[in-house]
Amino acid sequence: MTTTADEPEVKRGFIARCWVFARELWQVLTRPSSVFALGTLVLAGFVAGVIFWGGFNTALEITNTEKFCTGCHEMKDNVYAELKSTVHFTNRSGVRATCPDCHVPHNWTDKIARKMQASKEVWGKIFGTIDTREKFQDHRLELAAHEWARFKANDSLECRNCHSADSMDITKQSPRASVAHQRFLFTKEKTCIDCHKGIAHQLPDMRGVPGWQ
Amino acid sequence: MMKRSAIILLTFAIAAGTSSLTAQTVTSGLRGPTPLNDEGPAPPMLPNRNTSEREVRNYPEQPPVIPHSIDGYQVDLNGNKCLSCHARARTAESQAPMVSITHFMDRDGQFLGSVSPRRFFCTECHVPQNTANPPVSNDFIDIDTLLSRASPGGRR
Repeated sequence: MTTTADEPEVKRGFIARCWVFARELWQVLTRPSSVFALGTLVLAGFVAGVIFWGGFNTALEITNTEKFCTGCHEMKDNVYAELKSTVHFTNRSGVRATCPDCHVPHNWTDKIARKMQASKEVWGKIFGTIDTREKFQDHRLELAAHEWARFKANDSLECRNCHSADSMDITKQSPRASVAHQRFLFTKEKTCIDCHKGIAHQLPDMRGVPGWQ
Repeated sequence: MMKRSAIILLTFAIAAGTSSLTAQTVTSGLRGPTPLNDEGPAPPMLPNRNTSEREVRNYPEQPPVIPHSIDGYQVDLNGNKCLSCHARARTAESQAPMVSITHFMDRDGQFLGSVSPRRFFCTECHVPQNTANPPVSNDFIDIDTLLSRASPGGRR
């Protein structure tokens, strides 16, 4: 596009030029193709679809790994460091939970919904909401409360992805655990998170949290 | 002459003594057959007793021992996992014994509304029990056993 201002109608603002471009593009898209065969277009569309969909899912799965989560020091130095000493990181059989096992729903729709919610976490990362240990401690109760609410709302689904109440052999449990699970879990009176708070990360200030002093 | 032979004899005796000391493995109930200058293998860690059944106290003032596992229980400024079952208000649901009333008392004997800060850290007194056999036996007897012992003048 010439900028020498010989033709006065060419010198337009950025938004106006964008609008003209969009209108031209729309005209191209709404007219039938006169160059490519229908088969070419269908095939190209199919291939492009596979690439876009595959790329989207691959990118999604990359953001669903512990390596990605602990790529930020906020996660690595606080919650991941705390996880390391718990039974969900190290135990006798070596089966362990990674961050997304507990914090991202496994079925697709809920996963996408959670990923959209996580855009707020990107905001927090950019503006350094919890970029020091002190700031993290200040926000710990709020962050934990979000997760407790989520687990409570979905009946501790992420716990139950591995720990099935049906497969629990209460005769193999300690008497205390066996009694508690029969009284509260099997009767559906309580869900996992009601009793098992703070099992993977340190607890926030628990004053005012039901069941705590 | 007499003195010299005595010194030689003593030297031999000490030499024999030390060689026999190094040759034999000193077996001790606590450290096992490992020679004194070696560090033996650590004994395997045994699980804690996890019966959830109250254990008898050896004397009335003894803090009751914890008959269950407390792995990963957080007890700090933020919260006290023990109290989520043993606090007064929690005992109906948990059926756990309530922390004794003495825990509500401050050092001046005043009763507070909740557990006194000086009694907050449970494991300062209450401890879980291991399944290991004690390496040194204990001949402690409790007061009831002592009192019921037949005394020379007959039982009083």
